[in-house]
Amino acid sequence: MESILDFILQHREAIFIVILSIFLGIEVISHVPAILHTPLMSGANAIHGVVIIGAIIVMGHADTTGSMILGFLAVVLGTLNVVGGFVVTDRMLEMFKKKK
Amino acid sequence: MNDISQFPYGVSILEITYIVASVLFVLGLRMLSHPLTARRGNILAAFGMGFAILATILFHEKDGERIGNIPWIIGAIVIGTIIGWVIAKKVKMTAMPQLVSFFNGMGGAAAALISMMEFPHVSPDLIARSGMSNGHVLAILLGLMIGTVSWAGSMIAYGKLDGWIGDLRVKAMKYVNLAILAVMTGFIAFIMTRDVKASSELTPYIYIMFGVAVLYGVLFVMPIGGADMPVVISLLNSFTGVAAAMGGFLYNNQAMLTGGILVGSAGTILTVLMCRAMNRSLLNVIVGVFGGGGQAVVGGAGTVREITLSDAAVLLSYSKKVVIVPGYGLAVAQAQHICHELDKLLDEKGVEVKYAIHPVAGRMPGHMNVLLAEADVPYEQLIESDEINPDLPNTDVLVVIGANDVVNPAAEDDPSSPIYGMPIVKARDAKNIIVMKRGMGKGYAAIENMLFFNEKTRMLFGDAKTTLQNLVNEIKNL
Repeated sequence: MESILDFILQHREAIFIVILSIFLGIEVISHVPAILHTPLMSGANAIHGVVIIGAIIVMGHADTTGSMILGFLAVVLGTLNVVGGFVVTDRMLEMFKKKK
Repeated sequence: MNDISQFPYGVSILEITYIVASVLFVLGLRMLSHPLTARRGNILAAFGMGFAILATILFHEKDGERIGNIPWIIGAIVIGTIIGWVIAKKVKMTAMPQLVSFFNGMGGAAAALISMMEFPHVSPDLIARSGMSNGHVLAILLGLMIGTVSWAGSMIAYGKLDGWIGDLRVKAMKYVNLAILAVMTGFIAFIMTRDVKASSELTPYIYIMFGVAVLYGVLFVMPIGGADMPVVISLLNSFTGVAAAMGGFLYNNQAMLTGGILVGSAGTILTVLMCRAMNRSLLNVIVGVFGGGGQAVVGGAGTVREITLSDAAVLLSYSKKVVIVPGYGLAVAQAQHICHELDKLLDEKGVEVKYAIHPVAGRMPGHMNVLLAEADVPYEQLIESDEINPDLPNTDVLVVIGANDVVNPAAEDDPSSPIYGMPIVKARDAKNIIVMKRGMGKGYAAIENMLFFNEKTRMLFGDAKTTLQNLVNEIKNL
């Protein structure tokens, strides 16, 4: 019990952010027309590529060869997620733009 | 003192950049939900990401130590950018769903790798103070578990959509999956209650847990097929979001936290919206075994009647109202352009042509909209199925192009059917029905479709693109 309370105290800002972000995510998405579901899923997919920041931090403090290799891999995969995600979304949306 | 004279405000700039990035993510998602601003929204979010990455490389400090190995990091980013860019640009629009799944898997894998590398480095002070049961360890373990499941699941989903992995449908599967889920939860509890001096003593368990999570990811997606595939991808998408947010907890990193949670909650809502479109509960999708279980249609479902091209051409040309129901077959055959040509041709002849878009036609919600938009079909012609259904009895000809489950009357008639209750395009209400289809194969959900045996239905067999091309030529020659 004590450790739970301690945990909440230690991470109160993060918990705040999490709860508010959950509502924000729901609010932002719930009025989306069905036609944009696919691009939206793809765009959201690119945004969770933010995990790359964690990969950069790990890589930046890696000291053994093993962790260097894993870190390198993590950065490559994270970049794939980010770049691929945004480019694919843009390609999908490009098609919507053309119609007159 | 040296650090201070170097650049004193680095960390402040980093945090400000993270705030800016978070705002850009939210704005980007918001703009993505309106057709007119969607593209700018995507680019905005991409800029946010770029700032966050750049600032992390330049200013991030951990225990007063700057990011090292910068050439390697940049090298990795360059490699990832080139590969990601090329794949994203080269792939066909029809393969979009599996591509999203693939990129999603990459993010999950990155999250899992981070957790694996961070686990042995949990601060000994923290362990001395509160043992292994602390938020830090929990975030690492959850990040590993969720990230790995998302990666393995996404790869299976990718393979299934790409057609090189089949469905594995075993009734006992859900019990197996529930058991594995219990094992994973038990594992977390086990690791967190160990009494050790350093977390690195427990590293072998991390690899076992990774293995179990891979197994779960694979078995979780294996039995799911049919119309449920998009739901799974969306769900895995939100999983990866949560895994990224775990990294945010770990590093006390607000950009990762907001970005990850935002996607986690938005992805979950999107998943629920999709489930609702198919009248299924999320739980049902996750533990249920979809498709294949449907009652076999009692023998002698009736006869299938074919129509010749010229008859079809005449029928269409002399109609007042035509409704086209596109499906995955249209996407596979890349027939969207020729389909638009057909509707323009009919339009010149004074026929009113509309498209009935089922929310889950194709392999992803909105898949058909993307494809038809690519072919320059105007928005106004695309009508959602609920809206067009009341109009169908006045429709002279309804043309089904490569769609199956979304027009299957079993969803209304047969309570034993796995798709019972799913909203459909009520194709059989139309006066005449032409079904373009490659053969008498079943739809993705593997259920017999009584529409094909309906008295008003005429079949036009062949590849959608070729058939449409021939039909267009035929109409031109009338």
